[in-house]
Amino acid sequence: MNDMSAPVTSGIETFDCRVAFAETLAELARVDPRIVVVCNDSVGSSNMNAFQKEFPERLINVGIAEQNMVGVSAGLANGGFVPFVCCAGPFLTGRALEQIKADIAYNHYHVVLCGQSPGMSYGELGPTHHSIEDFAWMRALTDITILNPADPKQTRDAARWAAQANRPIYMRVGRFKVPAVTPEDTVFEPGRALTLREGNDVTVIATGVLVSCALEAADILASRGISARVLNMMTIAPLDEAAVLAAARETRGIVTAEEAIITGGLGSAVAETVVRHHPVRMRILGVPHFAPTGSASFLLDHFGLNADGIVTAATELMA
Amino acid sequence: MSTALAQPGDTSSLEARAARLKEIAADIRVSIVNTIAGPRMGHIGGDFSVTDILVTLFFDIMRTRPADPEWAERDRFILSKGHCSAALYSVLATAGYFSPDLLSTFMAPLSVLNGHPNRRKVKGVEANTGPLGHGLPIGVGAAIAATISKSDYRTFVVLGDGELQEGSNWEAAMFAGHRKLSNLTAIVDRNRLQQGARTEDTNSLEPLGDKWRAFGWEVHEVDGHDHAALLAAFEAPRIDKPRFLIANTRKGKGVSFIEDRVEWHHKVPSPEQVLQAIEELRAQ
Repeated sequence: MNDMSAPVTSGIETFDCRVAFAETLAELARVDPRIVVVCNDSVGSSNMNAFQKEFPERLINVGIAEQNMVGVSAGLANGGFVPFVCCAGPFLTGRALEQIKADIAYNHYHVVLCGQSPGMSYGELGPTHHSIEDFAWMRALTDITILNPADPKQTRDAARWAAQANRPIYMRVGRFKVPAVTPEDTVFEPGRALTLREGNDVTVIATGVLVSCALEAADILASRGISARVLNMMTIAPLDEAAVLAAARETRGIVTAEEAIITGGLGSAVAETVVRHHPVRMRILGVPHFAPTGSASFLLDHFGLNADGIVTAATELMA
Repeated sequence: MSTALAQPGDTSSLEARAARLKEIAADIRVSIVNTIAGPRMGHIGGDFSVTDILVTLFFDIMRTRPADPEWAERDRFILSKGHCSAALYSVLATAGYFSPDLLSTFMAPLSVLNGHPNRRKVKGVEANTGPLGHGLPIGVGAAIAATISKSDYRTFVVLGDGELQEGSNWEAAMFAGHRKLSNLTAIVDRNRLQQGARTEDTNSLEPLGDKWRAFGWEVHEVDGHDHAALLAAFEAPRIDKPRFLIANTRKGKGVSFIEDRVEWHHKVPSPEQVLQAIEELRAQ
C-alpha cells in the first residue's frame, strides 16, 4: 500500500476522501446528537481517532465482530440514532451480508454503511481484502441506496445527505487519493448522474476513482476527433436511468468504468437499463475475476482501468 | 382487549398477577392453534414453549403503549426465534396493537402477517427476524441507544436454545457483558429441542449458565411456564450486568400429543387434533 495515488493523476493535486469524510462526520455530530459511529477495531484505519476523542460516548467499537457490528447498528437505529458503520469494505458487505439484508435493509433502518478502503485499495493483501463485490451484493438488496463518491466534495455531500436521508445507505469511502472532479458550485443530487462533459459520439459512464480517468480519456478522444460525453455516476442504486437512456439515444455507444467486479456492478446496471429500453453497443470495464497481488494502481493498470483502457474501449465502439 | 395490559402502579400480589397471566396464556395458546390451523403452516411446538414468557412480558412487565407503538420510551422486545411469529402475533393482537381479526390472514397471500415477524407492516414488531442469531445484536444496540440517550427503557430479547449455536449470539454476548448493559435481558426458551433433534444430541449447550456467567452476565434459571417465577426473575434488583434468563420450557407445552416431541417443530395439527388441542387448553 505504498502507492495510493492513481497513476493517471501524476502532476495533479490529489486528496484523501477519508479525511473529508471524517471531518464531515464530526461536523454533523456537533449539530446532530443522533449521529454515532460504529466500528470493528477500526478507529484508526477509519480516521475516527478525532471523532472518538470529541464524542467518546458516540463511538461504539464492537471489536472484531462484524455480524454483531451491523446488528448493533440496527438496534441503535431502533433507539433513534443514526449510525455510520465504519469498516473495511470487504468485511462489512461480505462478512455481515445477511445482517445487512435482514437487520438493515428489510427493517428499513436508517443506517449508513461506510465501506472504507474499497475496491482494490488493499491491493497487495490479496483478493480476500479486495472489496470489489460490494456493488453486486448491495444492488441485490433493493432497499439500499449505493453511493460511490468520486472526490472529497462528493464525499462530504454524500455524508451530509446520508445523515438525514432516513433510509438504509451503503457508501464507499475511498482510500485512493483522487483529484477534485466536481465543480464546487455543484448542487448534490443523489440518484442523478453528473454530466462532467458534453459529447455526441460516445458516452463514458464512470464512478469513483475512475471518473478522473474518464475525463482524461475524453481529452485524448477529443484530440482524435471523437466527442465523448462523461457522466459521473455517483449513485449506483437507484440508477439514473434517464441519463443512461439519454446517452443511449444521443450517442453511439456506452463505456462503463468501475473499480469493481464486472458481474453485477455499475456496468451491469447500465446494461440492464439499455437492454430493456434502448439497446446500444457497450463496453463494461471492471475487474473480471479475483485479482492478483500488487498495488492498487498496479492492479487498475493491469485490468485496463485507466484513461488508456477507456480510450481503447470507446474507440472500438466507434468502429 | 388492551385492558388486559397491566396498569401502572398495579399493587396486586405476585400470585394474583400470575393467576391473571395464566388465564391470558391459555387464551393465547387457543389463538395460536386457530392462527396456524388456517394456513396449515406454523411452528406450534416453539409457539407453545415461548407463550408464557411472551405473556409475562407483554401483559405485566413491559412498559408499552399499543396505541402509540413507536413511543420513544417504550420497552423494546425482539423475538429472535422469529419462526414463532404466530405466538408473537397472537400476543400483539390480544394486547391491542392490531385487530385480532387480522390473525385469520396469517401467511395468506399478500397478508402483512408473513411467517416471520414483520416490522414494516405490523405494529409492535421491533425487528424482522427469522434467520437465526440476529436478535441479540439488535437488542444490544437498542440497549446501548438507551444508555447514551439516558433513557430508562429496557430491552428484552427472546432466543431459542438451538439458536445459540449461531456464532453471532456469542459476539453479542461478549460485547453486552463488556458494556455491562444492565438494561438488557436475554431470555432463552430452553425447550431442549431444535428442528431436527435434541440440542444436547446435536451441538450441546451445557453448561449453559456457566457460559453466560463467563461472558459477564447475571444468570437466573426458572421454570419458563411458571408466571410467578418469571415475574420474580424479570423484577429482580438490577446489578451492573446484562441479565440472562434460562427459562426451562417444554416444546408444545399445554397439549398432550405435542409436548416435548421433536416432530412438532413445524407439524400442523389435523382438524380433529385442533379440536382436541383446544379442548385440552380450555380444561386447564
